[in-house]
Amino acid sequence: MSDSADVIIIGGGGAGCSAALYLAWRGARVILLERGLVGSQASGANYGGVRQQGRHAAELPLARRAHGIWRRLPELIGTDCEFAETGHLKLARNEAEAAELYAYLDTARAHGLPLEMLEGAALRERYPWLGADAVAASFAPQDGSANPRLLSPALARAARQAGATILEQTAVTACRREAGHFVVEAGGIRYSADRLLNTAGFWGGQVAAWFGETVPIRHHTPNMLVTEPVRYFIRPNLGVVGGNVYLRQIPRGNIIIGGGYGSGDPAVPMSRPDPVVTLRAMQRAAALVPQLADVSVIRSWSGIDGIMPDRLPVVGPSATTPGLLHAFGFSGHGFQLGPAVGAVLCELALDGRTETALDGLSIQRFARA
Amino acid sequence: MKVAVVGAGPAGVRAVEQLVRAGLRPLWLDEAPDGGGRIYQRPPAGFRRGAAALYGLEAKRAQALHAALDAAKPAAEWRPDTLVWDVTWAEKRLHLLHQGRAEAVEVDAAILCTGAMDRVVPLPGWTRPGVTTLGGAQIALKAQGCAIGPKVVFLGSGPLLWLVAYQYMKAGANVAAVLDTTGFRRKLGALAGAPHDPVTLAKGLYYVARLRAAGVRVAEGVTPLAIEGEQPDAISALRWRDAAGREHSTACDAVGLGWGVRPELQLADLAGVPIGFDTVQHNWVPQRDALGRTPVPGLYVAGDGAGIGGAVVAEMAGACAAQAVLDDAGLPADQKLVNRLQRRLRRQARFRAALERAFPFPISLAATMPDETILCRCEAVTAGELRAAAAPEGPHGAAPEVNRAKAFTRIGMGRCQGRVCGAAAAEVLAAQLGTDAAGIGRLRGQAPVKPLPMPAWQGESA
Repeated sequence: MSDSADVIIIGGGGAGCSAALYLAWRGARVILLERGLVGSQASGANYGGVRQQGRHAAELPLARRAHGIWRRLPELIGTDCEFAETGHLKLARNEAEAAELYAYLDTARAHGLPLEMLEGAALRERYPWLGADAVAASFAPQDGSANPRLLSPALARAARQAGATILEQTAVTACRREAGHFVVEAGGIRYSADRLLNTAGFWGGQVAAWFGETVPIRHHTPNMLVTEPVRYFIRPNLGVVGGNVYLRQIPRGNIIIGGGYGSGDPAVPMSRPDPVVTLRAMQRAAALVPQLADVSVIRSWSGIDGIMPDRLPVVGPSATTPGLLHAFGFSGHGFQLGPAVGAVLCELALDGRTETALDGLSIQRFARA
Repeated sequence: MKVAVVGAGPAGVRAVEQLVRAGLRPLWLDEAPDGGGRIYQRPPAGFRRGAAALYGLEAKRAQALHAALDAAKPAAEWRPDTLVWDVTWAEKRLHLLHQGRAEAVEVDAAILCTGAMDRVVPLPGWTRPGVTTLGGAQIALKAQGCAIGPKVVFLGSGPLLWLVAYQYMKAGANVAAVLDTTGFRRKLGALAGAPHDPVTLAKGLYYVARLRAAGVRVAEGVTPLAIEGEQPDAISALRWRDAAGREHSTACDAVGLGWGVRPELQLADLAGVPIGFDTVQHNWVPQRDALGRTPVPGLYVAGDGAGIGGAVVAEMAGACAAQAVLDDAGLPADQKLVNRLQRRLRRQARFRAALERAFPFPISLAATMPDETILCRCEAVTAGELRAAAAPEGPHGAAPEVNRAKAFTRIGMGRCQGRVCGAAAAEVLAAQLGTDAAGIGRLRGQAPVKPLPMPAWQGESA
């Protein structure tokens, strides 16, 4: 059996599902192939931070574009995926870390990202629940959080409605370029198309390798936990310089805490949190917000993401194969970018160009000298 | 060789007893302050009711088990009040919580005797104070010496329904009614001609007869409708429909409900033991052989946590699992004992199958619960919200299985992790998706097994 389309997408995370949606809106025939259910790994199991501040300058054009899409989600796909622009507060726990926050202000300004520095009494006055460790913070009012379990399914549902074919439980087993077309084998069926999008997360490394582009991707499994619901008092999404703990509270009261890594096996695929890492994250969270000392953790989880050596994703055209576009290896911070990545991939696939700067994200940076 | 036995109920006691007999000193953990399990839970020190009053016809068994428990404690590394909240079996490590502090221990093998928990079917009003499970009602009586209310209705199906009602009546509580959702004909049909345990059956008939003789209202084949109250924080009546379709309202101030029990298998799940659906008992159970060996090397399961069999079966299964541990470690095992227990266990399994047919989980009652019923009480998710998650028109599309439905609705995401509502939620979702409980999958186990307080990090493994 065989089927054909204009564009085939491998991987139904945030990037792949949003690409399917944008392509379908433009009238392209799209087939998305997803091994499990959409949003099963990094896109669905992540912390839910929708954060621009702190990102590398190379990611900020994408992040700024994504911010605009997040704000318009209800009109675009009929749900906000619980996105709330609560602001993101990045804390420094010593002078060196505070200096890092100040150093970032220029980068943010260059990309039009508003940031506000807070120190000492001003910081405590606004956030009286902060622990003694925090000496300074930068506040990004346009950042926030969303429910990661909802984004990919909501994008996929909207894409289907717009005419895209989203095939779940359909693992890709082989992939090649043949007589000017891409041929993708999945679930015993041959799919062919002129364009191929690689949005396969950690497994995007495998897809790239099929086309002679080996990249030094590793997998990682962020360790996540959530507490029982308590009175809502932590409005901003909280992070720290260095990133060894981050936490946010949702209005219904639960506090989501991340930090450290669990274990996983991408071959299965399976991932699980590590109990010792969980305890360490609890310790750090309680240091950040001492009022958390009495709450209980009720659940923990993880998911598999691909991490690049420079912690920047691979986004843009293949260096070996015309018509192949990559967007993978989001290195633990792709959730916010997902919606914009789809928009950019759509433009690259249909127009051959995009207004969004992708400098520094090309796969060519890993080509052997 | 360091063997951990998790749980000190009937299975755990007999497992430890065998390990000790073989010269081992097992690490013995129980979440409760003392052993005995839920079925033979002891009252706190200083309580005066004797075994006969507490355990009735089970008094001899309870006393024998308690004697074995107390005899084994000094021969083991006995650690009560210790929750195993996670297991990372790649390092054969158990993660413990004792007095609010975390700690990790490494062992060579573990026998999980984690017991069971009531299966409930939510109905409108079940979140009101005064509603508890049959198991909870029984523990209140035997461990705390109090009833769940002055005037109690017992609702559900299975042997425990009649036993608890009888125990309440005997203790002097006012039992307003015993409402069995299974019809008399169903029970008779399943038990007639089937192999059964004459002792268990005789006990069951005795409880029913005594309740009837005492004038307790007893009805079979009923459909519960709602637990109602004049005040939001109290119960005044249970509304139900009889087999003939007539509606009744029975005044009460407490309701004990339950439809059998399901294995507590989170630790086996977290350790990587494959879990399958057992169609006879309508439960997810860990994969194991006749002696309790799981496919995960070094990991064994016994008792109700390995599949529901009751206390008698649990005692034998615990002993068998211990013998399997010894045998697998190259230590001398008591093959004669194993053979004898295996014969008895096979016979018990046939009785059990008949019992499960006589008291099946009320699939249609669960599947047809009204939309407005709060199904997941931790997260206040209604049956209607779960049904909506299965509809393709929803903003996130249709959830094709239970974990995706959990992701969309938060069902099973609360403090209990779906241990209370999971069985009923499965039927609601399965009916909506046109499949059955096995077809929609199983809520994945996630650590911690029970809520883990923040100060736990101050333990030595942090």
